[in-house]
Amino acid sequence: MRFRREGELRIPVRSEDVLSEASLKRTPLHDLHVELGAKMVPFAGYDMPVQYPMGILGEHQHTRGAAGLFDVSHMGQFRITAPSYDAAAAAVEKLCPNDFRSLQSGQQRYGFLTNAKGGILDDLMVTRDGETLRMVVNAACKDADYRHIAASLPADCRLERLDDFALLALQGPKAGAVVARLAPASAKMTFMTGAALEIAGVKCYATRSGYTGEDGFEISVPGGTAEAFARTLLQEPEVKPIGLGARDSLRLEAGLCLYGSDITEKTTPVEAGLSWAIAERRRKAGGFPGDAVLQKQWAEGVTRKRVGILPEGKAPARAHTEIANDEGREIGEVTSGGFGPSLGKPIAMGYVATASAGIGNAVSLVVRGKALAARVAKMPFVQHRYHRN
Amino acid sequence: MSAIRYSKEHEWVLVDGDTATVGISPYAQEQLGDVVFVELPEIGKKIEKGKELAVVESVKAASEVYAPIGGEVVEVNNALTDAPATVNEDALGKGWFAKIKLANKSELDGLMDEAAYKAYVASL
Repeated sequence: MRFRREGELRIPVRSEDVLSEASLKRTPLHDLHVELGAKMVPFAGYDMPVQYPMGILGEHQHTRGAAGLFDVSHMGQFRITAPSYDAAAAAVEKLCPNDFRSLQSGQQRYGFLTNAKGGILDDLMVTRDGETLRMVVNAACKDADYRHIAASLPADCRLERLDDFALLALQGPKAGAVVARLAPASAKMTFMTGAALEIAGVKCYATRSGYTGEDGFEISVPGGTAEAFARTLLQEPEVKPIGLGARDSLRLEAGLCLYGSDITEKTTPVEAGLSWAIAERRRKAGGFPGDAVLQKQWAEGVTRKRVGILPEGKAPARAHTEIANDEGREIGEVTSGGFGPSLGKPIAMGYVATASAGIGNAVSLVVRGKALAARVAKMPFVQHRYHRN
Repeated sequence: MSAIRYSKEHEWVLVDGDTATVGISPYAQEQLGDVVFVELPEIGKKIEKGKELAVVESVKAASEVYAPIGGEVVEVNNALTDAPATVNEDALGKGWFAKIKLANKSELDGLMDEAAYKAYVASL
């Protein structure tokens, strides 16, 4: 048989920064992953754990039921300092259609960098930390993002890469209790807020957010303390290490986009169903790359939309599977697809022609030459369980 | 019944008379991880050695299973449709894929016995 890997961890389109396998980078937790028996794979230039001995299904279910610890240190952590937060946010808003200027200190918001055609260069998280703007971007895009942002910042703004910091995500319904046990101050944090905390004696910056649809935290700690910090978290009875394989199935069930697959330089936020992340003020006033394209799409509609898809049979439909209508005409393509462990059946997302994008609409998925029945479905496939208040 | 034989592509064959039961090795199932779907061939399909016999999907990806010997598919393990994880749990037993009526018994000569396959896996 031939073992295939490409369905698993796709490298985003801007691959100029991806290194060859021989020069893979390591996160501060690399030795710990190996010690825990992880299967390591190259991802975005890093040697990363795709799964531990528990296996992807078990790790997925563990995260949905208790708390999973993910090493996401490969992602880019940036900090922008300026005469004021507003100056930093205004500079970032020149590159992003999102509203970051209205953030209060400790608030976090999802957003994206766009190009002149309204395509998405990367998606990211911004947090206001006092007068500083913190940003987390995708691993495979971080070098390009850094150059892109640095090139446009005014002289009084300073962009720093926090490459000496690790990033750990603790996700799942028990994550709140675990972090509260080690840092009581975290208990009052709600979804999409950030705070400087001391967790088990380690100074860190944590946000209550993640990529699984569950409650949880993303915790930035100095690289030198990361391994001891991860070991402390793993000693808690609810916590198990989780690899990138389950991270992908968890985010797909949560209907969250994977940059490079579901959103790219060739998809706009309007087509991707991400207009909710663009505030009214920015829609009207524009002032970001691709503003005219997006304004035209809001006014006139789009020709294709990102939708959820539920195959009716048991065969998973992977990325790049053709989507056809009931007459057999091609209407789109799957961008992420696989098995949803929480549902016990295959799930997918992709782009279809707007006329076919209604929830419940019958489509077919062309898998290995056969047209398999499927329906356009509401996302998320698994209800989000964020800690909103 | 003869002894089990393996291909370099990690399929196994167990011959009984002129029929061979085919599956994937414990090494293969471990490499795949949790199996969530198996697409089996149609009964009556004539297949050549080295051609695609089945598709096995893990959470991560779809992988092809090749026919380690050629012949006609006479039976498939339909139990895998509802319980694909059987491939992980019992790769050499209940996790079999198909039974093939051998077209050419000499094709078995190119396959490895247990000891040779173990040495081959150890070298990977």
